Amino acid sequence: MLINLIEVKDLTKTYKMGDIEVHALQSINLSIQKGEFVSIMGMSGSGKTTLMNILGCLDKPTSGSYRLDNVMIEDIPKDDLADIRNQKIGFVFQSFYLLSRTSALENVELPLLYRKSLKRKERISMAEDALKTVQMSERLHHYPNQLSGGQQQRVAIARAIVNNPVILFADEPTGNLDSRTSLEIINVFQELHKKGITIIIVTHEPEIAQFTERIVTFSDGKIINDVKNHKIESAMEVLKQLSHAKKEEN
Amino acid sequence: MLLFEILTVALKSLVKNKVRTLLTMLGIIIGVGAVITMLAIGEGAKKLVEAEIATMGTNVITVSSNSNPRTAVRQESGTGNAIKLTDVESIKYQVQGVNYISPVVTTYGRLRAGSKNWRTMAYGVNSEYFFIRNYDVSDGQFFSSTQIQSGAKVMVLGKTVADYLFPDGGAVGQRITIRNVPVEIVGVLAEKGQSAVGGDLDDVVLIPYTTVLARLRGWREPQITINVSAISKDIIPIVKEEILQLLLLKNKTLTEDSFIVNSQTDLANMANNVSSTITLLLSSIAGISLIVGGIGIMNIMLVSVTERIKEIGLRMAVGAKKRDVLRQFIFEAIFLSGLGGIIGIVLGSVVAKVVGNMMNWSVVITTWSVLLSFSFSAIIGIFFGWYPARKAANLNLIDALRYE
Repeated sequence: MLINLIEVKDLTKTYKMGDIEVHALQSINLSIQKGEFVSIMGMSGSGKTTLMNILGCLDKPTSGSYRLDNVMIEDIPKDDLADIRNQKIGFVFQSFYLLSRTSALENVELPLLYRKSLKRKERISMAEDALKTVQMSERLHHYPNQLSGGQQQRVAIARAIVNNPVILFADEPTGNLDSRTSLEIINVFQELHKKGITIIIVTHEPEIAQFTERIVTFSDGKIINDVKNHKIESAMEVLKQLSHAKKEEN
Repeated sequence: MLLFEILTVALKSLVKNKVRTLLTMLGIIIGVGAVITMLAIGEGAKKLVEAEIATMGTNVITVSSNSNPRTAVRQESGTGNAIKLTDVESIKYQVQGVNYISPVVTTYGRLRAGSKNWRTMAYGVNSEYFFIRNYDVSDGQFFSSTQIQSGAKVMVLGKTVADYLFPDGGAVGQRITIRNVPVEIVGVLAEKGQSAVGGDLDDVVLIPYTTVLARLRGWREPQITINVSAISKDIIPIVKEEILQLLLLKNKTLTEDSFIVNSQTDLANMANNVSSTITLLLSSIAGISLIVGGIGIMNIMLVSVTERIKEIGLRMAVGAKKRDVLRQFIFEAIFLSGLGGIIGIVLGSVVAKVVGNMMNWSVVITTWSVLLSFSFSAIIGIFFGWYPARKAANLNLIDALRYE
């Protein structure tokens, strides 16, 4: 039997905007197993980002229960949530969020700074390993403004995996990239998935969702569809076809 | 997170944003520098006044007659003749605490040496006058008590007078005339420079008072003032009072108003008041610049934290706790204000010295001005570094991350 890494029951999230209550999430039930590669789909405002924020321990639900890696998250005080984010979770954002005037290596090292009892040498070698995984070994000491968008996102992914998290969240990771670079980034995720990392991608593009194993679709704060993807595309293959087509054109 | 790591993070973030760091420090540097400079100049002025007063003599009390109330035109003070020569002896032997005492009889007259003229006021004094006024001879000697008793025709010149009459030197031993009476120069005084009010302390001619009274008096009644030097500064008020009582006892027809008894403590107090006022004025200007500097620090700190809200959000998303963020910003503020304060102290001292050199004015950098300005700017820097950081750390993480 597979272990449920994420187990969500009757989860709701309500925002108050003045007198109006906005029900961003309405009694969500969801479980995700270790090693899955899931995409959460939906129009903007459908609640998918709100769910990701709660799953990623950036935000707390209004009611309902959330268990991550056998820890009941709703009982945990704010400061300990920081430790959970630090040790169990990796984030990739749409606009990268790299620190400017800070080298790729130092950016990747950042989460390790907030972990106790790591020596400088260990930190650096862990950061180097993470950058190697995303094929950025050549650019350890480049600053974000010296890197292309795709390269910046690779650095951001390296930062997300440097702590060996149990789960990786990506919020519209290809939103700021052109289609070819998007495929390269998706390829990075697929490679990471092959290594056994659980990945959840939030996206509004159906094409991106086609590269994942399972597609959960949101609308108006409710899950309206949750299906297995039977014909998972390989980003690597699509990339090969693309360069092939280009060659023939020439 | 270890303290050392936070320190490194704080330092790195300062080094990475050199312009911002420099701008923030500038407020502190200028504030601290201004306070140091202003207070150093003010303190220097005080010292200058004190030194000036010391050159005029030690613990000097001047006793003079008030202007004569019987004449139709009220005359300048000291022109009355309530004081008699015998009062000098009385004070000398009956008032305790008198160190030196000398009568001073003034006469206007023209000095003539060959073809050169010098019109000046000559003081008739005894030999103790030199000690009262802290005079020293650069050439020759003071006149002796024998010369005073006999009313010898001798004089001691100040340097300005001697240099004018005898530009080639060799004044001592020369014979010149004053009011057509031939007098021999026995000494030239050492240079004293300018007085506090700009008068030339070296434009002075001293003659035995006996000589003045006997031969150089002119048509007016002799007006005698008495210069006394007290044994110590502390007893000056007592000595003044005793002198006044003695004079009143000796001449029952006169009242307290007939005499003016002044001392340099009065002058010194007045001068001290003046320089304290100057220091206060400069301090308030410095205080204002410190406050302006503080507002500058506050501004930049606020702006820099606001523009770094995203960074704070990211740090918290990857595992920074609230206290990690707070500590980082407080360390940054401490670095900024500490380093800025030190640079400000150095800069302020240098500027004070340069100003002092340009104005030929000794400046005094006091410890308390350093401590005051440094701690003030440190408090401002740390507070305005901590306050916005706390605000940012208290923000909802999502809001911080999405902050535009």
